[in-house]
Amino acid sequence: MNEIEVDARGLRCPLPVIRLAAAAQDAPAGTRIVVVTSDPAARHDIPAWCRMRDHELIKITQEADPADLRFVVVIRPQPSNAAGGGSGSARSSRAM
Amino acid sequence: MLPTARATLMAALDAGWADPRRLYTEARRARALLDQARELLADGLGVRPPEVSFLPGGPAALRAGLEGLRYAGRRRGARMVATAVEHSAVLTTGRYHAAQADNPLLFAEVDVDGLGRVDLLALERAISVPGTVLAAVQSANGEIGTRQPLEQAHGLCRTHGIPLLVDAIASLGRDPTPVSFDVLAGDARSWGGPPGLGVLVVPERTRWRRPGPTSDVEQGRTDVEPVVAVALAAAEAWRQTWANQENEAARSSAIIARLRAAAADLRDVDVVGDADDRLPHVLTFSLLYVDGEALVIELDRRGFAVGSGSACTSSTLEPSHVLAAIGGLTHGNVRITLPLNAIAPTLEDDVDRFITELPDAVAVVRAQLGASDL
Repeated sequence: MNEIEVDARGLRCPLPVIRLAAAAQDAPAGTRIVVVTSDPAARHDIPAWCRMRDHELIKITQEADPADLRFVVVIRPQPSNAAGGGSGSARSSRAM
Repeated sequence: MLPTARATLMAALDAGWADPRRLYTEARRARALLDQARELLADGLGVRPPEVSFLPGGPAALRAGLEGLRYAGRRRGARMVATAVEHSAVLTTGRYHAAQADNPLLFAEVDVDGLGRVDLLALERAISVPGTVLAAVQSANGEIGTRQPLEQAHGLCRTHGIPLLVDAIASLGRDPTPVSFDVLAGDARSWGGPPGLGVLVVPERTRWRRPGPTSDVEQGRTDVEPVVAVALAAAEAWRQTWANQENEAARSSAIIARLRAAAADLRDVDVVGDADDRLPHVLTFSLLYVDGEALVIELDRRGFAVGSGSACTSSTLEPSHVLAAIGGLTHGNVRITLPLNAIAPTLEDDVDRFITELPDAVAVVRAQLGASDL
């Protein structure tokens, strides 16, 4: 299984999520991406990104150092990838 | 502020400048004006005039409401319960007391669901803990608009003998006035009144006592004298806003529904809050790969004033606790609060232009971060 580490320490929102999305863009389904961040907003925004883009959040770990928050994400097959089309057409809305 | 409220404020500064507690002619005139403002607001809130006190702003009224219930219940305990999406004036006060006592159990924050609605089972569990002296539940959330089930929450509180503080800051004047409460707090700005005027409603049946030395100001519920002209302007704004409330709500609600649909059409957007059981005039949504501060500035440049709950736009660099509590995306957040018709008569046209320009504004700020193709 492929594993990619995204070191986003020192970057403020929305940059950690942008780095994660960039790493996910060309990653095949099943890839594990580990994001390391010091941004407190990432605690909310990375789970929200996984929900909106339909990827799987495996775990969140907080190291002793508060600036070392780790997320493990597994990339799921995306409809746009399966069709061989470009990325970025996914939509997500919780409007009900 | 409504134009008529502004005119009242200016006129009342001349007529009501004197200290309403004195006995000379001007002072008695100021007293009469203050009484008139109180009667008008009490009538609108469905309570008696002595149950209404004027405080310096909604958050001050909220905090006073909380402290008075806590103090009145001090022989039973000191534990407070609030929903996780309450106003920060409630949450910071609760956390402060818990921290002072070095006992985190003295403040319980009750979970909400993905729409921001309180979990009533969790609320009941929280208020059944011995030593609980109050619960705080807002009428509706000013950020995401979701209304709370106040009648049910009040029913649970009554069953357990716990007084309910209702924060109606976001809804008064815009939405039907809450009737299920033991203490109510509001802010004149929400109904088109001037800044600097909060209302605190303490019905006679409620056990409430202000901590500290007794005061002869505002039925002993504050030690800050209200500004008569400000109170009168708030009452005038209430009169006008309340007379139009149903039309205003229908108009706002239709505009918000349009804005909500336009927001949901954007790429990678998280539109939050209840789509139907909500305040008529607020909407918030968040966009992936967008810097909230950059988007607020880009929209401002195009002539639109919006708020944001993103961390980068707050003084503490913490994202909105409301977005966090509902599991929403916190970056790239836009908060829309529609002004009243009398303040913004061209609102429909402005909204049309906003809907036209929003996709381009989002594209501009995404491009600034090199995130156009993600």
